[in-house]
Amino acid sequence: MKGSLMENEIVVLRMMKAKNKSIELLWSIFRYILIIGISFVIIYPLLQQISVAIKDKADIYNPTIYMIPVHFTTENIRLAMSVLNYWPLLKNTLLFVCSTTVLQAVSCALAGYGFARFTFPGRNILFTLVILTILIPSSTLMVPMYLHFRNFDVLGMVNLFTGKEGINMLNTYWPSLITAALANGLKSGLYIYIFRQFFRGMPAEIEEAALIDGAGGFRTFFTIMMPNAIPPLITVTLFAFVWQYNDTFYSSLFMSQSNLMAIKIASLPADANQYLPGILGVGAGSNVKVDPNLVSMIVDTGILLAIAPLVVMYLFVQRFFVESVERTGVVG
Amino acid sequence: MNLRRLTLSQKRAFLGVAFIMPWLLGFVFLFATPLVQSLHFSFSELKVAPGGYSLDFIGLKNFTDALSVDPNYNRILTESLTEMAWNVPMILFFSLFTAAMLNSKFRGRPLARAVFFLPVILASGAVAAAQSSGLIQLTGSSEVAQELGLAQNGFDPLSLVFMLSDAGMPVWFIDYIIDAVLRIYEIISSSGVQILIFLAALQSVPVTMYEVAKMEGATPYETFWKITFPMVSPLILTNIIYTIIDSFTESQLTRTIYTTAFQSQNFGLSAAMSWIYTIVISVILIVVGILVSRKVFYYN
Repeated sequence: MKGSLMENEIVVLRMMKAKNKSIELLWSIFRYILIIGISFVIIYPLLQQISVAIKDKADIYNPTIYMIPVHFTTENIRLAMSVLNYWPLLKNTLLFVCSTTVLQAVSCALAGYGFARFTFPGRNILFTLVILTILIPSSTLMVPMYLHFRNFDVLGMVNLFTGKEGINMLNTYWPSLITAALANGLKSGLYIYIFRQFFRGMPAEIEEAALIDGAGGFRTFFTIMMPNAIPPLITVTLFAFVWQYNDTFYSSLFMSQSNLMAIKIASLPADANQYLPGILGVGAGSNVKVDPNLVSMIVDTGILLAIAPLVVMYLFVQRFFVESVERTGVVG
Repeated sequence: MNLRRLTLSQKRAFLGVAFIMPWLLGFVFLFATPLVQSLHFSFSELKVAPGGYSLDFIGLKNFTDALSVDPNYNRILTESLTEMAWNVPMILFFSLFTAAMLNSKFRGRPLARAVFFLPVILASGAVAAAQSSGLIQLTGSSEVAQELGLAQNGFDPLSLVFMLSDAGMPVWFIDYIIDAVLRIYEIISSSGVQILIFLAALQSVPVTMYEVAKMEGATPYETFWKITFPMVSPLILTNIIYTIIDSFTESQLTRTIYTTAFQSQNFGLSAAMSWIYTIVISVILIVVGILVSRKVFYYN
């Protein structure tokens, strides 16, 4: 009797183990299906654009083609580049975006450190105001900002010294550079918040040691705190870069005629319609039109060219990025 | 004033103010001043003259104009708000679910994470706008573009509708699910940052809690609802607020405010419109904040 009881128990245990295993297996299969499905949804438009970019004109009306074209070509890329005037545009945009990103990262890091590590009267009220800058929609500030930069004049000083009206800064990079340097640019409040949360979590002993060894406040910040603040720095830099690169709101407000990727890409469909006949050499004039499907191919290729720098950059930094967001303590 | 006479804490206070000085200057000149001006504009009629502008006080006329005279404003405002109310739960649910999934260990997790955060990069601003406007420009009308989009979509939700209604779901819920399924790309692409926030929150849950739960024999389902959910619940509030703010930037309302200012040159009306919007949003944020923070569980 006893022997059979033991055997029964062993069988039951085995069954339970098998059940657990099969549930685990099912769950992991289910998870893979979901992950692959969602990844597909995310990557699909990108794949489609790549496929369009290398597709020859001859394949436009071939209904049997799915994704992989029969005739390959680099002509679309060449055409889209000449419509966009790509390399000068890219150089210009990168120069602009990099400078605002650096300015914004520095000014927000300074402010975040100030809020995290020093006690001064009114600190909490001021930090509430930082949160307020995140919450107020930027459209509320749009008109005054526009007028302000149309007639830029700090406290009437330009008027005082030169007797002229303020400087018109529209269609220059100055409005964005100034707002970025003064930590009030695009989503600056969020970056200040990220830096503050990170600096709050750092041990106070580091600063005390620096103080005893005779380092001043700014020296402590630049030689000790900043080298330790790589995770939030990566997060903020990436966000600032990408959002500035993609931003249409401020760039069309301040620099509607500038040579920036975001503005050019918004007008790309119209530009393609207008310039393609000339580039292809079929004649100019408003009544000459290129096959709309070809225009669509060029537009798609142009969009791909516009996001290519971002994708390439992301491929390099994504490893650090995901880790650093986890360690930044956005959570607080 | 002699710097050496100050106590250490006073020196620290000055240093702190020095650190936030750039922000403070920016705040005063580039945020507070425009904010007050914008409020001022909303009560006035603004005329742009060469080298400046003139203001005439006209009281609440801009506000009444925005609400009762302008043909589109009311409709767009309510549409934006309902769309927001519709999207927020979807995005929250999806991002929490995805974060929980990406947090568990499996082969190829780094790759999956890299793909899931791609929308943070791609689905904002200019690129997304160009993608949607590309089709419209091409065919000349938004209806044709929509038809083309549907034809490409090629998924018929009808079978899903029948299945759900057989399962005895209420009609509004079926509508919601179908809508979520059809707009899956939009939802995925707008929940990148939210996934990041939730993932960071999940990482900060102490492992010991899960070990205890496992020893006590809790199922994964129970573990999720009794441990994971309460521990990340403070971040649900953060995410709701982020989602609401994020929906400003691309909404049709922002565009309407923009065109009113710079195409119709009606700066006062535009300021009034944006103030109404701001007030409505603040009320929503305050109400949501109060409601959610009551339910939220704070560990510390």
